[in-house]
Amino acid sequence: MEKQYIDLYKAHHSLIKQHAARVMNESRDASFALFEKMGFPTTKLENYKYTDLKEMLSLDYGLNVRRLDFPVDPYQAFKCDVPGIQSYLYFVVNDAFYPEYNEQNDDLPKEVVICSLKEAAEKHPDLVAKYYGRLSTQKQDGLVAFNGAFAQDGFFMYVPKNVQLDRPVQLVNIMRADVDFMANAHNLIILEEGAKAQLLVCDHTVDDVRFVSNRVTEVFVAENATYEHYKLENTHIKTTNLSTLLIEQQASSNVLGNVITLHNGLTRNSIEIALNGENCETELCGMVIADKKQQVDNFTSVLHNMPNCHSNELFKYVLDDVSKGAFTGRLYVAKDAQKTRAYQTNRNILLNRTAKMRTKPQLEIYADDVKCSHGATIGQLDEQAMFYMRTRGIPYEEARLLLMFAFTADVIDNIRIPALADRIKMLVEKRLRGELSKCEGCTICQ
Amino acid sequence: MLEIKNLHASINGKEILKGLNLSVQPGEIHAIMGPNGSGKSTLSSVITGNPAFEVTQGSIIFEGKDLQEMAPEERANEGIFLSFQYPVEIPGVSMVNFMRTAINEQRKYRELPPISATDFLRIMREKKALVEMDNKLTNRSVNEGFSGGEKKRNEIFQMAMLEPKLAILDETDSGLDIDALRIVANGVNKLKSPENATIVITHYQRLLEYIIPDYVHVLYDGKIVKSGGKDLAMELEARGYDWIKQEVAV
Amino acid sequence: MSDTIIHEVTQSEYKYGFTTDIETEVIPVGLNENVVRIISAKKNEPEWMLDFRLKAYRHWLTMKIPTWAHLKIPEIDYQSISYFAAPRKNAPQSLDEVDPELLATFNKLGIPLEEQKALSGIAVDAVMDSVSVKTTFKETLAEMGIIFCSFSEAVEHHPDLVKKYMGTVVPHTDNFYAALNSAVFSDGSFVYIPKGVRCPMELSTYFRINAVNTGQFERTLIVAEEDSYVSYLEGCTAPQRDENQLHAAIVEIVAMKNADVKYSTVQNWYPGDKEGKGGIYNFVTKRGICKGENSHISWTQVETGSAITWKYPSCILQGDNSSAEFYSVAVTNHHQQADTGTKMIHLGKNTSSHILSKGISAGVSQNSYRGLVRVGANAENARNFSQCDSLLLGDKCGAHTFPYMEVNNESAIVEHEATTSKISEDQIFYCNQRGISTEDAVGLIVNGYAKEVVDKLPMEFAVEAQKLLQITLEGSVG
Repeated sequence: MEKQYIDLYKAHHSLIKQHAARVMNESRDASFALFEKMGFPTTKLENYKYTDLKEMLSLDYGLNVRRLDFPVDPYQAFKCDVPGIQSYLYFVVNDAFYPEYNEQNDDLPKEVVICSLKEAAEKHPDLVAKYYGRLSTQKQDGLVAFNGAFAQDGFFMYVPKNVQLDRPVQLVNIMRADVDFMANAHNLIILEEGAKAQLLVCDHTVDDVRFVSNRVTEVFVAENATYEHYKLENTHIKTTNLSTLLIEQQASSNVLGNVITLHNGLTRNSIEIALNGENCETELCGMVIADKKQQVDNFTSVLHNMPNCHSNELFKYVLDDVSKGAFTGRLYVAKDAQKTRAYQTNRNILLNRTAKMRTKPQLEIYADDVKCSHGATIGQLDEQAMFYMRTRGIPYEEARLLLMFAFTADVIDNIRIPALADRIKMLVEKRLRGELSKCEGCTICQ
Repeated sequence: MLEIKNLHASINGKEILKGLNLSVQPGEIHAIMGPNGSGKSTLSSVITGNPAFEVTQGSIIFEGKDLQEMAPEERANEGIFLSFQYPVEIPGVSMVNFMRTAINEQRKYRELPPISATDFLRIMREKKALVEMDNKLTNRSVNEGFSGGEKKRNEIFQMAMLEPKLAILDETDSGLDIDALRIVANGVNKLKSPENATIVITHYQRLLEYIIPDYVHVLYDGKIVKSGGKDLAMELEARGYDWIKQEVAV
Repeated sequence: MSDTIIHEVTQSEYKYGFTTDIETEVIPVGLNENVVRIISAKKNEPEWMLDFRLKAYRHWLTMKIPTWAHLKIPEIDYQSISYFAAPRKNAPQSLDEVDPELLATFNKLGIPLEEQKALSGIAVDAVMDSVSVKTTFKETLAEMGIIFCSFSEAVEHHPDLVKKYMGTVVPHTDNFYAALNSAVFSDGSFVYIPKGVRCPMELSTYFRINAVNTGQFERTLIVAEEDSYVSYLEGCTAPQRDENQLHAAIVEIVAMKNADVKYSTVQNWYPGDKEGKGGIYNFVTKRGICKGENSHISWTQVETGSAITWKYPSCILQGDNSSAEFYSVAVTNHHQQADTGTKMIHLGKNTSSHILSKGISAGVSQNSYRGLVRVGANAENARNFSQCDSLLLGDKCGAHTFPYMEVNNESAIVEHEATTSKISEDQIFYCNQRGISTEDAVGLIVNGYAKEVVDKLPMEFAVEAQKLLQITLEGSVG
């Protein structure tokens, strides 16, 4: 399975490097060596116990090593109409930043840099060199190593000191190809002291082929900065979405992560948030609504490395048909990380006997003056509540929907962009009703 | 009995008591009143030896012994009792077990043999009646799941069990309805004797209608700024604390 | 709370650290096929028993030491351990014939056989090192058809029962330590409760490792036929030695229709000294199967000893409407490490399980709960509730929770809750103010914290467990 990629790298590494920024090439051989050693993760590894990538990764995928342009007009294909959501809008097609000018982005503050990673590396070499790979290269993970070896470009955002963006930045990832295709994007996001940004990442697929997206995103949040990361996955059943999100927080920073999967094939979200300064606030939540053969594995780590931080984690799954859900929540409290308050909740509903859920909440605690708890449940809709509603004349199906919707509501409540929350509420409701959940006017969503 | 001289105390480096003097003789009831944040609860913590507070200056002598040299449990066994403003919950530890341990520690301190089971149960019964405490409560864990009023009654029950020489009632009236207040005050009055003394710390005059003080002190900004008889409490009730503040400012 | 208090109160020494001067017969160190044959020969075992051992030994050779636990296990040289040590006296027929020194040892442990026989009515099987020394009350039990004897005797006198059940719950291929035990186990206890019989007294085994450089590999098999009931107690101690000693036991429980088995353990193996030198490595495989409808197995454990504990008393809920419980208190102090918990495998319909785990860590110890709840595809209406609490005393220790929940049937309800806390300074001060010293206050609070579990133990054990908790932690302060 790994062999074709190992051969590919050995034969074409100079080509890969030639079409990538120099800063990305510095750790490339080391990443490749690590991948050669580790290979793709298998279910024998504790961290991948519940998600088998073998079937999807053993297929043949094309890679765009030569960086050829894929003809697509994302504006034609994608019209986001979250009402009232005025965003700075950017597209990445596969792993390439779409460079076309967009007047919607005219009033982006001039000090803020949003462009392709490659362009950033040319224009701001010191900045990129300072951060690129700092979180990812040390990861002992086959997928991250693979990304380090093959990624050639990605999305770059830099918000300087005390600059606070007034509206969200929207990043639309579009997977587009005529053959089964793999893309390895590497995103880099830097917020300096006191900066504020909201990033909304939407994942879409255009073509009816198999896609593998193996993306690594590194986020650096400096002191007193606020960063919100929303990820909405609305791809198709042939998509394998492997996403690693690595966030480093400095003192008194505030991070919100919100990961919602509505439509997909196989998704693995690895999220690691390291609290490396005191008084950090971290909120991480997610929701999965899956049916048919969807598989979603959210693997999360919140690392309390410093004292006086607060984290709260909430993940909810609704699983139907033969879908599979997995959740791992690792809460780590380092020695001396006193006065940590860390809470975690994972609740899951199985609607069908063939749906499967695996959950692995974990507490790993090395400090004594802490308040930590986790709770996990796997169950069904509350029958008493169902009965109660039906005695009030609400039909069975409607009662079920109401309960499922109520079940997911607190994840939506954590969204701090009201227009987005409204929109997602609608999408979730549609999704639960089994209707298409694409944005109106969108011609991409399947 | 208790002599406090020029007491300075601080928590986390912040000075709360700034030169407090107080003298209490056996048989007396002293009321300490004062606005919020004046240092009332700090005083009770410092007398009982709460390690969160640091005494930076001054002395506290109890029956000729320097309290500052003593651990909290030694002070307790010397006969100082604090009725906590916020009694602490200790899950899984039954009231019976807790009280028996406390009584036996006290007896050990006085070089007496441990109390027999029958004596202990008899005393428990008597003292429970004193504060009209429910049997159920003594079978539960210490303060766990007790209502505010039950917790306060439980404090007075423990006071009855331990028969202290000096009892400090820290805001014992807060959160009590009028019936509970009467029961608590009744319990305190019944325990009164010429040998023991009581310090009542309170924000309001209400409790002092039931427990009549011999002396009333006003604590403000870490010092006792005014002392008087029970009439002073009435005056404070009628006029509030502002005039004291003004007096002090002048 | 100040460090000095922590220092003072975590100093309490292991109180069972004496060795008994009894002649022991030890096989030279090392493990090979020949040693397995010698063990079998010394015990005059039948051919089928030797075959079982050899099969296990050969499988063991192919296995690797498991590394998934949250433990730092120093490399163990399995060739430097002696796999058999027996007191060199023929098995006595009555207590009068038991070596007086051995009896004195048991007396020091607080299990005077004679007293127990006379007063408490507990039937005791004492296993020292690897050999079952004496089973009391055998005759009384025999009248009811109950078999309670050493494993060796069972092999000799009840071969059909042993053959039928041994290895059916924990197969010799189960894991590294189980395979090792199956190859070299020396003795242990055997219990058989016939149909419809309620065992009228608690059955009890005391395990003790005595000889230097020996491993203890005992094996317990409990079979409860339809409508029967038994409560079984297991206690463990070991003398203080500088080297680490290995203990790899197996316990198998089979519960038939409507049978009810209660298994309680108070584990107090030598934990090593304050610097972490010496102590027992405790790698134990305990598993029960609720084979019949409405059967019930309950595990209760109070774990205070061992340098390293690797132990997951588990239940397979195969019979419909069967239920199982796991109640555990695990205390670690100084350099101790514990990775312990349970597995509840729901297979039958309407099965339920309850897990209650209380971990207490002090010193520089590491204490982990690891548990699996699995609901099979056909396990309609399975129910599980798990609660795992950790209490930390001091800021140099660790408390960890690793629950795994795998649900393959939508009618299941599986719930897990975990909390971590410390003893608050308010609680200590409140006790102090009532005249209770800090040390006693911690004892009170810890016992209060563990109460729910300790209450599940039979009376005699509950008292001992409370004492052990206090001794192990004596006043460790958070």
